[in-house]
Amino acid sequence: MIKPRILIVEDEADIRRFVRLALEKEGMNVFETATAEHARIDAASRKPDLFIVDLGLPDDDGKTLIRELRGWVSSPILVLSAREHETEKVEALDAGADDYLVKPFGVPELLARVRAQLRRSSIVSNGAAASSIVRFGDVTVDLATHEILRFGEAVHLTPIEFRLLSALIRGHGKVITHRQLLMEVWGPGYSERPHYIRIYMAQLRQKLEDDPSQPHHLITELQVGYRLSGLEISEGSTPPSNSTV
Amino acid sequence: MTDGRPDPDDLLQVVKEETHRSGRGQLKIFFGACAGVGKTFAMLQAARQLHAEGASVGIGIVETHGRRETQALTEGLPVVPLKLVGSGRPIKEFDLDGALASGFKLLIVDELAHTNAAGSRHAKRWQDVEELLDAGIDVYTAVNVQHLDSVNDIVGGIIGVRVRETVPDRIFDRATDVVLVDLPPDDLLTRMSAGKVYLPVSIERARQNFFRRGNLIALRELALRKVADRVNADVRTYRISHAIQKVWPTRELVMVCVSAHRSQEALVRESATLAKRLEANWIVVHVDQPHQGDDEQARQTLFNLAATAQGMGAEFANIPGQDVTQTLLDYARKRNATKLVMGNPAGRNVIPFRPRLAERIARANPEIGLILLGVQGTGGQPLRFRPERTAPGYAKALLIATAACSVGAFVANLLLRVFDVANIVMLFLVVVVFVALRLGRMAGAWASLLSVAMLDFFFIEPRLSFVVSDTQYIFTFALMLAVALMISQLAARLRSEARVARAGERRASALARVARNLSGVIKIEQISTICEEAIAPLFDARLELLLPGADNKLVATREYRFLDLSVAQWSYDHVQEAGLGTQTLNAAEALYIPLKGPMAPRGVLAVYPGDQPLTTNPDDRRLLDACCSSIALALERIHFVEVAQDTILRMEGEKLRNTLLSAVSHDLKTPLTAIRGLAETLEHPADLSEGERGELARSIRMQADELKRLVTNLLDLARMQSEGVRLNKDWHTMGEIVGSALSRSAPVLAPRLIRADLPAALPLVEVDAPLIERVLINLLDNAAKYTPPGSTVLVRAGTSGESMYLVVEDNGPGLPGADPEKLFEPFSRGQKESSIAGVGLGLSLCRSIIVAHGGTIHAESRAPHGSVFEIRLPLGAPPEIESETGHD
Repeated sequence: MIKPRILIVEDEADIRRFVRLALEKEGMNVFETATAEHARIDAASRKPDLFIVDLGLPDDDGKTLIRELRGWVSSPILVLSAREHETEKVEALDAGADDYLVKPFGVPELLARVRAQLRRSSIVSNGAAASSIVRFGDVTVDLATHEILRFGEAVHLTPIEFRLLSALIRGHGKVITHRQLLMEVWGPGYSERPHYIRIYMAQLRQKLEDDPSQPHHLITELQVGYRLSGLEISEGSTPPSNSTV
Repeated sequence: MTDGRPDPDDLLQVVKEETHRSGRGQLKIFFGACAGVGKTFAMLQAARQLHAEGASVGIGIVETHGRRETQALTEGLPVVPLKLVGSGRPIKEFDLDGALASGFKLLIVDELAHTNAAGSRHAKRWQDVEELLDAGIDVYTAVNVQHLDSVNDIVGGIIGVRVRETVPDRIFDRATDVVLVDLPPDDLLTRMSAGKVYLPVSIERARQNFFRRGNLIALRELALRKVADRVNADVRTYRISHAIQKVWPTRELVMVCVSAHRSQEALVRESATLAKRLEANWIVVHVDQPHQGDDEQARQTLFNLAATAQGMGAEFANIPGQDVTQTLLDYARKRNATKLVMGNPAGRNVIPFRPRLAERIARANPEIGLILLGVQGTGGQPLRFRPERTAPGYAKALLIATAACSVGAFVANLLLRVFDVANIVMLFLVVVVFVALRLGRMAGAWASLLSVAMLDFFFIEPRLSFVVSDTQYIFTFALMLAVALMISQLAARLRSEARVARAGERRASALARVARNLSGVIKIEQISTICEEAIAPLFDARLELLLPGADNKLVATREYRFLDLSVAQWSYDHVQEAGLGTQTLNAAEALYIPLKGPMAPRGVLAVYPGDQPLTTNPDDRRLLDACCSSIALALERIHFVEVAQDTILRMEGEKLRNTLLSAVSHDLKTPLTAIRGLAETLEHPADLSEGERGELARSIRMQADELKRLVTNLLDLARMQSEGVRLNKDWHTMGEIVGSALSRSAPVLAPRLIRADLPAALPLVEVDAPLIERVLINLLDNAAKYTPPGSTVLVRAGTSGESMYLVVEDNGPGLPGADPEKLFEPFSRGQKESSIAGVGLGLSLCRSIIVAHGGTIHAESRAPHGSVFEIRLPLGAPPEIESETGHD
């Protein structure tokens, strides 16, 4: 088994240390760098499978680095940020990051996000012959036939609800911002109406979640966007990649 | 000279040094008896010498009158260029601003008595010099004795021409140095015949008179006397300031009694000299008698008189009173005046057999010192002023009086059928009283005569003839005339008193009203309004309040065409009146009065009279001054109220900060101490079992989580306080916010049962989602802290009326204390000395956020146990959602 290669771009040595220790214990190959400049070199020479990037770097803004990397790298990028401001997260995600963690974060949460991103990327890159059927929780979705089953019973979704759900499915657990969802589901001209998504997300939760007020799959990243958690994909099957993101 | 007297040179040195220390410039006057003695020459020579010694000397202005020797002296001395002043044909004038900016330590400014061209800042050059001195610049100047205010009359008498250009004596008295430039009259006459003497145009006409040898001797004597007086005064000043003389009699107070007559100016001047000789303070007093009426000319004369007196250093008082003698004596006693000065009228007594005022005073109080000064043209009663009605005014009054008598006669004619003649007499008396009351003394007297005549002509047999058949009626007529005259006099006096009282009362009540209004003022805008609405109508002028802004620069609250800020600024900086009707910058359209507060000037009041002339009525001016004082007081009060409020705010802020700091430092240090201790224990893992290591690490993580919560709340609070609560509102579903909050609080709430009860059909609410989430997280944290594990925490929401409610409740021990509202006050915690960490920041932050949303938050305990937090948020009008069918 090939060890996944992880590049940590973070200027604080202690954070690098515990992240490294945690990841190495998971059997990953970890490289560290403290500056954006070195990160560019390492990205080319080490060819990492996943980047963990701090937004506040000493020599450059993390968002600039992400935008640059996205130009020629397809590996997932996980953002670390001490900044609580939602606009920061949205900007990083719009720049091309796949997920974010707000400092201080816990090791289990970090590992979960890293695993999810690695799994998603391996599926995206390996997946050839796609089965159109995906599963999360008690819900089975056939993307080809638009059939949705919950506890084996058919659930009726409106066309917009279905498009919203499939956009989240195509994201493979990656955080999709409001702007991206509005573009994909409603098209241009709706980017300033995030309350549309909120209404339809509430309807989706009513139809697909056990307890809509404490959702397990259709997760809200408040003021940022949404994420589908707990997506299972049957062996060898992959939904069509979310190319617009 | 061994009697222990101080050396005069030492004395001068002392005075010089004192002046220098006070920061004011020194004034050296080159003083002469008349033109042509060589003052300018001497002044320039002195300046050249200083210049040669390296002093910073400049020429402000020098009149060489084309004389070559003088001209030669100016060469080589630096010059402040003259400036052109006035529109039309500009005149070269001394440039005051240039001089102030020139940086010279000493300036030569010739012709102290010069009157500046219209358009200059000051009317007189001596004012320019004053300003230079105030700015700390030394000045050399020259002046002739005839230009001094106090000797103006004397000189006028000698040379037969009044000099208009005068300098107040105080300038001369306050000069540091006076150098007498003396030339014996014979030499002067020689110089004159050689054509070396220039005469000002005003004196040119009197040239023949002026340069008579006798005149020159007299002028020279005057000049010498002036200088000698000054030296005496210098020495005495020194003695006083050094307490050399042990016993110093209390200062004398000379009271000068004047009437409102032009000739009295001479009396004032004479008195000035007298007061100076006596080294006494002096007051000029005028008794304002009620019957004087409102004659404008008299007021103007009195106003000029007051200005003259004040210019010479006297105090001026215009005191109301009926009886001149008594009023003067009362005032003298009140002020402790030691001598009374009055003009000795040359003319005859106006009222025969009535003793003159001086005699009456002498009789009433023989102890008081009485000085009578012979003054030309005083005439009549010195303290009486007869109001003169204009001829048309009299004619009208007499005409009306005649008409009134005629009407009286007509009515009497009708009544005669019923009543007898005795009653008719009464009717006529009524008419006389009426006329005297309405039209004054003269009309009353006329009505009296007319009534008697009419009574005789129309009602006494034989009728329609002045002939009287019954001689008894002659007595009746005489009696009636006497009574009518008396009544008319009394009535007229009553009328004039009432008028004076009314005028006085009008002013007094106006002032009282203004003062009352100003006393309640708490904002500066209110003062502006009072100026405009209450004060301006009193003077029939427009008023504008100018207040100092940053760097003490005056700012107008409104733009007015008449405002000239540079004049206002001058007035404010020098705390002197300026502009229209003053001696400074009088080309301005408005009068600028500095508002002198007890501590500092607070601003300037601009008075713009419009097209009418500015009021010169002394009573009006006093009222205006009083208003200004009131305004200044109000401004000062507001200033100090603001200062006090700032201080209180700062103190309260300080107190709050201290409380916060001590609370925060406690709550931050607790987890930090724990983390440090736990980590240090972990540094030696050999001593610990596997399980203990895990336990310690977990404790560290939990303490860190606690720290994180605290820091998040602190940062939020800091942000909200520094930026104010800036909401980033959008339309949200409450379910989403609750869901997010629950998932983030899940680890803390873990061993408790959490339920959420949200209806599916909740409307959208317009809120700042992360802030509402913060509120929920804080409430859930609170529940986690204050309920035992295993409790139930319920979040429910719904709508009622115009609001959405959101409730977080638990079945824990309930809220501590009687008043749950106290929980929302910053830094209050339910239980004192609780072991549970967290500053009472959480709930106060919650309240700030909810209040900013226009909502409410309340807490209460629930029976039998448990606590309820209820949030209410206003429901707005949610945006329309396009129907999905239209979209597909």
